[in-house]
Amino acid sequence: MAVLSQSTAAGAEARVPDRFVSASKDAGFAALVTLGLCVPLVTLRTDSEEGGELILVPRLGLTAALCLAIFFARLGYLLLWGKEARAARQPTSRKEAIKTVATPRHSLTTIGLPIALGFAIAYPLLVTVINGGLSEARYWIDLGILVLTYVMLGWGLNIVVGLAGLLDLGYVAFYAIGAYSYAILSTTFHISFWVCLPIAGMLAATWGVLLGFPVLRLRGDYLAIVTLAFGEIIRLVLINWVPVTNGGAGIASIPRASFFGLPFNDDDDGFAAFFHLEFSPMHRIVFLFYLILALATLTSIVTTRLRRLPVGRAWEALREDEIACRSLGINTTTTKLSAFATGALFGGLAGSFFAVRQGFVSPESFNFLESAIILAIVVLGGMGSQIGVVIAAAVMIAGPEMLRNLGFLKAIFGENFDPSEYRLLIFGLAMVVMMIWRPRGLVSTREPTVFLKERKSISSDLVKEGHG
Amino acid sequence: MRGETLLRVEHLTMRFGGLVAVNDLSFTAKAGDITALIGPNGAGKTTVFNCITGFYKPSEGRVALAHGGEAAFAAIEEATEKGARTLSVGDGAIHLLERMPDYIVTQHARVARTFQNIRLFSGMTVLENLLVAQHNPLMLASGYSVLGILGLSSYTTRQREAVELAKAWLERIGLTERADDPAGDLPYGAQRRLEIARAMCTKPILLCLDEPAAGLNPRESLELNTLLRDIRDRDETSLLLIEHDMTVVMEISDHVVVLDYGVKIADGSPEQVKNDPKVIGAYLGVEDEEVAAVEAEVEGRA
Repeated sequence: MAVLSQSTAAGAEARVPDRFVSASKDAGFAALVTLGLCVPLVTLRTDSEEGGELILVPRLGLTAALCLAIFFARLGYLLLWGKEARAARQPTSRKEAIKTVATPRHSLTTIGLPIALGFAIAYPLLVTVINGGLSEARYWIDLGILVLTYVMLGWGLNIVVGLAGLLDLGYVAFYAIGAYSYAILSTTFHISFWVCLPIAGMLAATWGVLLGFPVLRLRGDYLAIVTLAFGEIIRLVLINWVPVTNGGAGIASIPRASFFGLPFNDDDDGFAAFFHLEFSPMHRIVFLFYLILALATLTSIVTTRLRRLPVGRAWEALREDEIACRSLGINTTTTKLSAFATGALFGGLAGSFFAVRQGFVSPESFNFLESAIILAIVVLGGMGSQIGVVIAAAVMIAGPEMLRNLGFLKAIFGENFDPSEYRLLIFGLAMVVMMIWRPRGLVSTREPTVFLKERKSISSDLVKEGHG
Repeated sequence: MRGETLLRVEHLTMRFGGLVAVNDLSFTAKAGDITALIGPNGAGKTTVFNCITGFYKPSEGRVALAHGGEAAFAAIEEATEKGARTLSVGDGAIHLLERMPDYIVTQHARVARTFQNIRLFSGMTVLENLLVAQHNPLMLASGYSVLGILGLSSYTTRQREAVELAKAWLERIGLTERADDPAGDLPYGAQRRLEIARAMCTKPILLCLDEPAAGLNPRESLELNTLLRDIRDRDETSLLLIEHDMTVVMEISDHVVVLDYGVKIADGSPEQVKNDPKVIGAYLGVEDEEVAAVEAEVEGRA
């Protein structure tokens, strides 16, 4: 027995140098790739001389340091957490690991949303206390408004992409329609925000249906390309239809929202005077925060209810298998159109809110990158998951903003270092990490809409992503 | 109206480019019967199914289904000339299936189907699968979702009834215990039974099954026979099935139609068909002298 254990120990020792050699080979290769990438990106820096002439500054030291850093990072990773190192520690199969994580995720989805809502309600108070004053907290409340806008947009797109499985790359078009609807209606016809809001939603939904009719015969990639084109067409129309949209200059001085008829100003009939408060411009900001919170909550409630209604189940069935849907008497065209229209409706509402908050709209705000960010939020969050979208929106929108606050990094990298310049790099890295670690998003399990005895989450390997 | 004609397929032809998949096929299926459509691989059986259920538009021919007894067939010419999909006749109605899109065939003509390669909603639970099948009545009850979002009680009642129907079917296919599991997790045989139950939840008068016994072991195959007979006898549903498993076909069908190369080669009771030399020839191939004999016979008849 002793002999046996000795020999296995010796065998393990013999394998360690082997592992080291293969790991260093791998790390060396990674360093080579880094070198290849560094040559065009890092090694030569263009700079301007005193006279304004361009010169190239070689940065060989930095290149070498980067390559070495990558080499040792990769080596360390392979030796400590690599596949072989993990196999040496515990031989559990991947499948078992998946099964065990499935249960706690269930509680996250059921209690996550109420917690998030509670936090959101308390948020303005929280940041006011932390920053020691309402005006000082303005940055944080503005950030909250921005995140909530994207949460709402993510939930809206989630209906189309996550539930119905239709890949829509032009969602920003509906956002734009909502924003311009309010901008034009309020500046030209002086209609109040509260009347415009439903009109803008309806207009966006109508456009959703109009786009849907010719497009929904297409599937997969083709659908994605046409929706992308639709987004661009709307933007180009906004630029070129100058008499109505004022072209690239945009529409300025859009009337602000009132508190059910009480304007946010320091007049005698204003909001502050009515409630006997001291006037502060922050009242309007806090009001906007709760307005978008209410709109986002509405989106969430409606979506949750729709999922439990036959139409929501038909959307999900459509994502799973369209032909089977047709064999069960489901009209797939109207089902798809209803998904498009519902998604567009919430996009339009969010757009109206955007216009009333900014007081200014221009086609610049509705480019493809916006669509891509909203889609990334949905995909990162996990398609069909509500709480996943909240987390993803917070990470994607607030994360890059947080880079501005990392002042201590200047102490390490020098005075000229600006972390927010690296936002796209970090964004890309985060995407790659997600693809490896959680390819189906943060919350990938599906909650059933109805159950007989016990609500069991459905693992993502069974849930389909839809194909158009 | 058991024993009366339910479905009439007349001169059905389906061409894909130059390929004639089904050529001038005519047959009938009776209410309360299990009608089997058999034939070697590539004979055009699934194409016939796709034409009946609206997934293909036939190149030529007519597929008529009578609701409320065969008397409705009296109006078949009138409906054809009017260009109507459906024509009411007294209590019943005549449906011209070849004019309907697939989902209307299920929704209005009440013909349901299953697929050769199972098409369940694998990421949805067994119960959800059965509720999706009741989409149309539930959609109506939810006021096309508008009233449903507001939480009106009529929908809740209707949904409870739908769950009851689903439970009854789960009982019949022996899957009550697995109601809350994803359909994709079920074993193969159970998936086949679930697909049949799901089609039955649309309350069809004609159920078309595409190879329901494929891939089943002998015990499951036996259970399937019981289930299909049970459907024929207890529900107001007639069956039309494609099957390769001859024991299933001979055991349960009341009427067999044999296809080969898109042409009907035999039509009759299982006994008649079993002994038909053309059927034996189509399935097993024939020896040369037999070919000559059959050819002589055919020419003699002509």
